[in-house]
Amino acid sequence: MSERRAARPPETSARGIAERVRDGDITAERAAREAFVRGDDARVGPDGLNALLWTDREATLDAARGHATESDFVDRGDLAGVPIAVKDNIATLTLPTSCGSRILEGYVSPFEATAVTRLRNAGATIVGKTNMDEFAMGSSTENSAFGPARNPRDRSRVPGGSSGGSAAVVAAGMVPIALGSETGGSVRQPAAFCGIVGVKPTYGRVSRYGLVAFASSLDQIGVFGATVDDAAIGLQTIAGRDVMDATSADVPVERYVEASGASLAGLVIGRPKEYFPDFLDARIREKCDRAFDAFRKLGAEVRDVSLPHTDLAIPVYYIVAPAEASSNLARFDGVRYGLRVPADGLAATYEATRSRGFGKEVTRRILLGTYVLSAGYYDAYYKKAQQVRTLIADDFREVFASGVHLLFTPTTPSPAFPLGAKADPYEMYMSDIFTATANLAGVPAMSQPIGAVDGLPIGGQLIAPHFDEARMFGAAYALEAALGAEALR
Amino acid sequence: MSTMVSAPAGWEMVVGLEVHVQLRTRTKAFCNCSTEYGAAPNVNTCPVCLALPGALPVLNAHAVELATRAALALGCTVNPMSVFARKNYFYPDLPKGYQISQFDKPLAEHGRLKIGTNAEGTGITVGITRVHMEEDAGKSVHDRYAGATAIDLNRAGVPLIEIVSEPDMRSAEAAGAYLRTLKLILQYVGISDCDMEKGSLRVDANVSARRAGEVKLGTKTEVKNLNSFSNVERALALEFARQTELLERGGRVEQQTMLFDQARGVVRPSRTKEGSHDYRYFPEPDLPPLVLDAGFIERMQTSLPELPEARRSRFAGDYALGEYDVDVLTSSAELADYFEGVARQSGDAKAAANWTINGVLTALNASGDDIDAFRVRPADLAALITLVRDGVVGHSAAKQVFAEMVRTGDRPEQVAQREGLVRVDDDAALRGWIDEVLAEHPAEAQRYLAGEKKLQGVLVGFVMKKSKGSADAKKVNQLLASRAQG
Repeated sequence: MSERRAARPPETSARGIAERVRDGDITAERAAREAFVRGDDARVGPDGLNALLWTDREATLDAARGHATESDFVDRGDLAGVPIAVKDNIATLTLPTSCGSRILEGYVSPFEATAVTRLRNAGATIVGKTNMDEFAMGSSTENSAFGPARNPRDRSRVPGGSSGGSAAVVAAGMVPIALGSETGGSVRQPAAFCGIVGVKPTYGRVSRYGLVAFASSLDQIGVFGATVDDAAIGLQTIAGRDVMDATSADVPVERYVEASGASLAGLVIGRPKEYFPDFLDARIREKCDRAFDAFRKLGAEVRDVSLPHTDLAIPVYYIVAPAEASSNLARFDGVRYGLRVPADGLAATYEATRSRGFGKEVTRRILLGTYVLSAGYYDAYYKKAQQVRTLIADDFREVFASGVHLLFTPTTPSPAFPLGAKADPYEMYMSDIFTATANLAGVPAMSQPIGAVDGLPIGGQLIAPHFDEARMFGAAYALEAALGAEALR
Repeated sequence: MSTMVSAPAGWEMVVGLEVHVQLRTRTKAFCNCSTEYGAAPNVNTCPVCLALPGALPVLNAHAVELATRAALALGCTVNPMSVFARKNYFYPDLPKGYQISQFDKPLAEHGRLKIGTNAEGTGITVGITRVHMEEDAGKSVHDRYAGATAIDLNRAGVPLIEIVSEPDMRSAEAAGAYLRTLKLILQYVGISDCDMEKGSLRVDANVSARRAGEVKLGTKTEVKNLNSFSNVERALALEFARQTELLERGGRVEQQTMLFDQARGVVRPSRTKEGSHDYRYFPEPDLPPLVLDAGFIERMQTSLPELPEARRSRFAGDYALGEYDVDVLTSSAELADYFEGVARQSGDAKAAANWTINGVLTALNASGDDIDAFRVRPADLAALITLVRDGVVGHSAAKQVFAEMVRTGDRPEQVAQREGLVRVDDDAALRGWIDEVLAEHPAEAQRYLAGEKKLQGVLVGFVMKKSKGSADAKKVNQLLASRAQG
């Protein structure tokens, strides 16, 4: 399996494709066609990985053809002709945006997410919408209403979630870049499971306009890349202030690709002990140690640190996220769009529509969220959770204020698990213990491959202070180069 | 009030009001859709106010300015940081399944409003608990299509402020005075057109009854569906009577929502159980806290126009006008501005007041026009007053000049010239008219010249008519009198 990725020709990287298109070696249409061929070879569709839910080849090829004639600017962009897949909860104009849910099956958005517009303006071609846990609630993509996606490294295993489809199409080699979304690790965890790079930017770095909300204070569009460079190009294209999102930050965006080759001399990398608990798989610990060695060799200092409130992240997350979700998902009422199951009277129609439209996990979280916001419980749950959330954020603030530049941890406590292995929701929730913290604190974090256990990829996670993605990418580029083929072993 | 409602003696009414006011913005609170009233259903909508998946609210800065100005005009303290919150409930005309409002951290608090003066001459004030910003819901139309409810989302997302008063009012009339005062201030400041028919001002009333002298508040009910200030007063009287009769009989008031039924002249319990709602408020994560710096609040404060109360006392003082004139002239900011323009430019406040009240308002009432569209501008009316003072145009001719100015919009000098209404005091001309009148009315002439003095008025009238009002009436009198004696 690892040979396949090592053998991936550089001309299928985002940079390689864009160069060939800009040089006139191939057209954007040809680049899109090649992506579909690679996807067919890897069987990314419903009969195989079930990673790609919605495609329209003819329309996509037409759109790619349009680029060449329509606009020279687009043809010279950073992503000229680069095929990109988009998670099914990010609004696109031509393909459905169904969030992996029956309640939005067939729904086509009349407007486009800002991130998608920015990709297209840079020359990218959107080739399809990817499978996901319904409304991004899950860690395995098994909660999709359209069947589970599979891990291209081992088809008996999950690709992770909730952005499992996006991770799978990148890992399968179809596209160099895919958009995912994070609320509690939903990009980094599948990136780790599939052996690719996944970035969750700082909260506010990327516009959420067009991202169907799950938990608004945690949600952030993230980027998958086959390599650190692919992820860097993708993120620098979509990042930056957007007037359509009041929570998007007006902070200048660096060109993250320029972090390539940055020296790590003098860099202090923290090793938070809470992310290396006793129950951590020894082989994962080993891969992390190898990464720390690589950082040291590159001139960085590795320092033991503590983020004492880490173990509270999952309980806090499972109060805050469902609370916001219970409100965000109220709009799916069968009145204006999506599924409507007629019944006798208004309340019965709501009930029938939402009971039929939402899957089990979504229903569970709506109920949970409704409960924690209810009169008499608000203070004990939601308010308390927000207070603890502040403590978690303070942990990061303090450690970064102490002279630590970045943190490095395992992305997940275990490699990809077999389909159906985690029937208990609580067990499933625990697969996000190392990733949910960054969402709660709003800090940027990314996962990249640092080795394999029994042929299954292991991800290492870098976490940076708010808006310091450039430094994070610098370390990621350096680690990727230092590990070389080791990253896959 | 058409029907007098009497309540048993010995009880005191306690009223607090919640007033929703639509802010006069061009676009909605959280998107760029038009707020225009009366558009075809669902025309003024977009992904944001339709709550399409992935759409996000962005706060309208103009709405914040208007809300802040309103709060300051009501004497509130504006909070440097307020927080938007979601009020969650399901209803088909509420697209998001929640209303963006403010909850525990409102825009402004602790205001007060003077609604009148009591018999001893001290001011009656009502406390303002809070002013917060929120968005309107859409409209459900239940009676248009058989077996179906139609939804119009043009209103969804229109910016509102909710003004919550303290339970400081003790009668239906006080509630009416509060509402009229509030409306006047909001109109003065340009916050809202406060048009209840268009729904841009809505009132819910909380009312309870307690024994006279009792300090503790009784159980309140909330009265809704109040579509005019007089209906607020009427409904309060009805509800107070209902409560006190119930209490007199040893019953208990149930905390519930009452609807005013205008057609039948009753209040009846609403079928929906308002109290059972749990709105599950929590801070709106799509909008950062609203932070207003001191400079902004200061700018809003200094940009406030003179408020009705201040203007009233200034008009009474500076222009020495009577209470009635003051009340009429300050009934709208535009009218007060108009009057002041005339007074300043003519230098004659009394005449300006008379003309504004008897001339301008009468003409506006007849035409139904707005004062902004009135053709006689303050400078023109001031010029007319000056012409009268200088004796160029007589009093009765001036009325005709004014009517013609209203019709044409021309300057008074022009009109007076054109219509031959410039006062004539030339003896020869006046004698000519007198001769003609005496010749045309020989009987009266004879009796008058024979000493029947009371006919002088009639003859002067004929002369004035002949001169179309331009003759100097005083001189006509003198000349006639000298003729009688001579």
